Amino acid sequence: MKKHILGGAIVLFLLVAAAYGALYVAPTERTMGTIQRIFYLHVPSAWTGLTAFFICFIANLLYVVRRQPRWDWLGVSAAEVGLTFTTVVLVTGPIWAHPVWGMWWTWDARLTSTFVLWLLYVAYLLLRTLVEEPDRRALFSALFGIFAFIDVPLVFGSIRWWRTQHPQPVVMGGTGSGLDPTMWRVLLFSWLAMLSLMTLLMLARYGVEAMRADLDLVRQEAEAA
Amino acid sequence: MSLLSNTTALLGKELRTEFRSRELLTTTVVFILVVVVLFSFTFDPTSAESRRFAASLLWLAFLFAASLMLQPCFLREQTNDTLSALRLCINDPFAIFAAKLVANTLFLLLTELLMLPVFSILFNVPVFPVFGQLVLVLFLGSLGVSIAGTALSAISAQARMRELLLPLLLLPLLTPVLVASTRVTVGLLDAAPFMEWKGIGFLVIFDAVFLTALWLFGEYLLEE
Repeated sequence: MKKHILGGAIVLFLLVAAAYGALYVAPTERTMGTIQRIFYLHVPSAWTGLTAFFICFIANLLYVVRRQPRWDWLGVSAAEVGLTFTTVVLVTGPIWAHPVWGMWWTWDARLTSTFVLWLLYVAYLLLRTLVEEPDRRALFSALFGIFAFIDVPLVFGSIRWWRTQHPQPVVMGGTGSGLDPTMWRVLLFSWLAMLSLMTLLMLARYGVEAMRADLDLVRQEAEAA
Repeated sequence: MSLLSNTTALLGKELRTEFRSRELLTTTVVFILVVVVLFSFTFDPTSAESRRFAASLLWLAFLFAASLMLQPCFLREQTNDTLSALRLCINDPFAIFAAKLVANTLFLLLTELLMLPVFSILFNVPVFPVFGQLVLVLFLGSLGVSIAGTALSAISAQARMRELLLPLLLLPLLTPVLVASTRVTVGLLDAAPFMEWKGIGFLVIFDAVFLTALWLFGEYLLEE
């Protein structure tokens, strides 16, 4: 319990510091103005979501190879947390886009592939609710998770090649893009804060899943007795 | 060698089962026809408009049809309790997938080829000058759909709400196939037809990636 409170306090501190950095330390962007500060929530959430999905993928692979329930627990925790962060991305994106591009949504490569990614992991979680038997649920969802993850680069590639009307990527884009060093520092710090939040949520979720498995076991024993 | 002979034997079984009743093919053809007709009410199907929408319409109809057509693929084995028997008499479980996915590709391609002339007449787009290229993209697209769909139908057959689950799992996964094949088809149905080779290459990559994944992980999908 003490560990949880301490962890929560550290994460909260980091998040508040990141918010302060985003609102007061980072310089105001020249053309977009204050609205651009949502960038420090939007981009770190996207990176954190992808990190969580990557963890999910590794957990899925490990489950298929090792068949230990803990990898299944980690997989579902990572998928749920990743989905949460991706939802933040999909919500903050339009809020940023509307004043800047003059529209809420454009079917550009990044937006569309993030949306498809979101749908794939919603499907992953839905699949888990529809298979009763725990071992089978773990195995099937792990396999679907693997297929979904290897699909992501293909989705991104196909959309990027054929549906481009898209704005120059700000980070790691072509020539002419680039960030002010202070902006970079705030961005990376925000990412760190988000990663700590991700870790905290994932650990908590993992604990719940482990408890649920224990409960199932006890219930089975009680039924057998 | 055993993989090849197992696959051909199983493929024979799949084809025999289907061609005895032809249930799957007939139903799918009628389904595509219904979707295509319904689509025509959603826009003004003049020649110019058709050129813009026909390709996407065609591929959406094929994808929806495929997501329904692939349902019985493993369900049939499960209802008849034949999957364990199949596993016992086959050395390499990948043969089961290989046979099913070849059969599914053939079924899909067959329905698509049957629909193509009807589609061409209804929507006023000439398909015969580019028939060869169309067959190529239809084949590569259907192969991708079948690879992913066969794998996922093994999953959905063992879940609740399976009729809804398979399209839900399959369709987002097939986004790259839809984008690439539609793009190639748009080029082919253009007033001045051209071949988008990049799209063909992309479909080949998709098929190869998912075939490898199925080869690596397929046997786990068949565990009892």
